[in-house]
Amino acid sequence: MLAHFFEEEGIPTTQISLIRKHTETISPPRALWVPFELGRPFGAPGDSIFQTEVLQAALKLLEAPGGPVIEDFPAEAPVSEAQNHIFACPVDLSVEKIDDNNVTGLRETLNNEMIRLRPWYDLAVKNRGRTTVGVSGVDLDLLGDFVSEIIYGDIPENKHKDLPFGYTLKLAIDDLKAYYNEAFTAQPGGVLPESRVLDDWFWDQTIAAKVLFAIKDLCAKSDDAGLRLVGNLLIVPMAKDKNST
Amino acid sequence: MARLEQLPEPMRYHIAKLVCPTFESQPWVEGPRLNQRRIALVSTAGLHRRDDRPFTFLSEDYRIIPGDIAVNDLVMSHISTNFDRTGFQQDWNVIFPIERLKELADQGFIGSVADFHYSFMGATDPMKMESMTRELARLFKKDRVDGILLIPV
Repeated sequence: MLAHFFEEEGIPTTQISLIRKHTETISPPRALWVPFELGRPFGAPGDSIFQTEVLQAALKLLEAPGGPVIEDFPAEAPVSEAQNHIFACPVDLSVEKIDDNNVTGLRETLNNEMIRLRPWYDLAVKNRGRTTVGVSGVDLDLLGDFVSEIIYGDIPENKHKDLPFGYTLKLAIDDLKAYYNEAFTAQPGGVLPESRVLDDWFWDQTIAAKVLFAIKDLCAKSDDAGLRLVGNLLIVPMAKDKNST
Repeated sequence: MARLEQLPEPMRYHIAKLVCPTFESQPWVEGPRLNQRRIALVSTAGLHRRDDRPFTFLSEDYRIIPGDIAVNDLVMSHISTNFDRTGFQQDWNVIFPIERLKELADQGFIGSVADFHYSFMGATDPMKMESMTRELARLFKKDRVDGILLIPV
């Protein structure tokens, strides 16, 4: 859709398409459909050669003789056998236990789990020279407390004065997920697990996920419309939400 | 995996039922050879600099991404939980291929890379981004951009 407006203003466009059916309907001037998962429009993290192939294919459409044109990228994102393995987390998180019927101690358990991952997170930051954690403005050392506070009926200080608390909570939850995934992917071996493997690990095996499910349920029942929105849509992905329809 | 039929339910259902607009006109603008073009990236991944205002629910505005942005300065605040973020966490080029684009400029595949790139947050109805998009077009012209790569997430 944005392509239509840019072209009307006189600037040529090309684009990546992730959902071919939508692109066929909208019919932008030039589009390269790629068979990659949502969230990875250039296919493969850490594979500069493959990324360049996708980028070149999309840019070459700017020289197409006429349109609209939708071209299909011919290759799947490369996946090694090792990437599909169920990885063992470098830290055994099973030592952190909680009683599903009793949330007392949840905050401490979450913080303990986070501390056990901290060396791997620090290594990830050092190796990559970056982190995606921190958008919420909540200090990493206080992130576990901030996220879990609502379980105890408390509302922590909102670090983003220009945002409703519910939205800052959502950003902090995104920070928490990123912290776990960045830590996990710093493990030895040099193989980046498939996103599905990471997703299963986080949502099925961590205390953090249990905390987030509890927060989701609390938010969904809140009197605050913003928190209800966060609880219903913005914490747990549809694929992991048993109540999602 | 982005084949619609392979998406897990209920996400497949929700994406399949999204209503996409159609346009009566079909604008088509041509330009010079690729090796003479100045290229800009426009993402809808909700990307921004670390100190920028995060995107919020149904944000219609954009954030500026300078072409010389440092790797640790680009973060994401897209509201959706239903796409992979671990690729971006591992390598920003999988969503925002600025390093690959600069390499193509160095190799002469494209002419040059724009000074500024931009990001929207794609959970918002794109029709509500029309005004901002037309504003960006004027900014791109000042930057002598004659090729835009639009990147969804």
